Amino acid sequence: MEGEEEVIIDVSGFDARFRDEIAAEPGGENIRRCFSCGTCSAGCPVGGVTEKYNPRRIVHMALLGMREQVLNSDFVWLCSVCYTCYERCPQDVRIPELMTAIRNIAVREGHIPRTFQVQIETLRAHGRLYEIGDYDNERRAEHGLPPIREEVEEVRCILERVAVGEGEP
Amino acid sequence: MTRYALYLGCTVPVRGMHYEIAARRVSERLGVELVDVDGFACCGFPARPLDWRTGLLMAARNLALAEAQGLDILTLCSACTGTLTEAAHRIREDAELHAWINEQLAAVGRRYTGGVRVRHFARMLYEEVGLERLRAAVTVDLSAFGFAPHYGCHYLKPSHLYDHFDDPENPRSLDQLIEATGARVVRYEDEAQCCGGGILGFDEETALSVTRQKLEHVCAAKADGLVLICPFCAVMYEANQRRVESLYRVDYRLPVLYYPQLLGLAMGFSPEEVGMKLNRVKPLGLIEVLRGQGEGETR
Repeated sequence: MEGEEEVIIDVSGFDARFRDEIAAEPGGENIRRCFSCGTCSAGCPVGGVTEKYNPRRIVHMALLGMREQVLNSDFVWLCSVCYTCYERCPQDVRIPELMTAIRNIAVREGHIPRTFQVQIETLRAHGRLYEIGDYDNERRAEHGLPPIREEVEEVRCILERVAVGEGEP
Repeated sequence: MTRYALYLGCTVPVRGMHYEIAARRVSERLGVELVDVDGFACCGFPARPLDWRTGLLMAARNLALAEAQGLDILTLCSACTGTLTEAAHRIREDAELHAWINEQLAAVGRRYTGGVRVRHFARMLYEEVGLERLRAAVTVDLSAFGFAPHYGCHYLKPSHLYDHFDDPENPRSLDQLIEATGARVVRYEDEAQCCGGGILGFDEETALSVTRQKLEHVCAAKADGLVLICPFCAVMYEANQRRVESLYRVDYRLPVLYYPQLLGLAMGFSPEEVGMKLNRVKPLGLIEVLRGQGEGETR
């Protein structure tokens, strides 16, 4: 049936080495410890409001080797990095760091959500997430606060060393 | 006298000036010297999702700047606290990583030897100034008011980064800080809930539905306001409160105060002196009482 075809997953495309790839990434070291208890999903503030994000499912998909599905997904970007699961996980999988590891791999393959791209461009232009120009420093002065100088050169230099977010390496 | 490099991060100096104003006021009164260090930039938190090492390097650069001044770092933003603390820890624990960091930092003429301590402003008040000195500094009676504490996430977690100074599942420090001002602590449902700020840029609707939950719970508990200690939590609960109200057709009008503002008011500073002009929803009852007490004493 048509409906069934949609939900059946073709396992032949799974990449059994994906878990090792993640484990080799900083933050992903503990992925193989997960025994899918679901403590992470139970306490997740994002999972509590949307079915789009389910950390247990993501870790399980990664362990199964669903590399393309995970790296192409929106859901790995929905972790709010609140560390609730990090504190509670009985296996110390360190999911927020694991999500960072998976995101880093996704980025290297060209999957960068627009919002993160914009943030990096802002950092390159201003050394910070919010520009501080003359207007802002005037406002600060009105409130008796000292001016802030944007440090652009050194930040740009650091960002260039890793060439992050500049498209294909 | 306690001396710190004040690390403002990105959000505070533009969107959280009331936090900064109040923090500077109470610090001066309490004998905590804040040094502004030229050249501090973003902590690196936004770079981590794209490249973890880049985020670490940005953090290390800020640590190096503080170290060059011989100062520890005092933070106002909890996400900055987490990023800088984690970087300091990792560098201390991993010699290979430390060497790599310094190779990279050399390109911008910086070097980090290690050992800079990072402290959140609230934790500094709690541990270094201490509740007793805070109580002694209070001159205004706030006992008629009750505030809901919002600890947020990165102030407490990951707890091993913060030497487990407070319990992430049942924290007490901000409660005690609020009580030290003479105000009451108001309990509400699901206090540990995250503000949703981490995903605001990626999925606004989902982020705001997380934000909404706490606004609902705090209003149901009839608190006079929400007291918090992170500028991004304030972006969610204060700057985005109207947006949540219009999205869900509700009416909260919940005052959101930074803890140093509440402390400053209790210490006798005027609402203007703690930056209250910048609060979107004014705690009107509180301001009225303060005005009455102030007039009785000085005018």
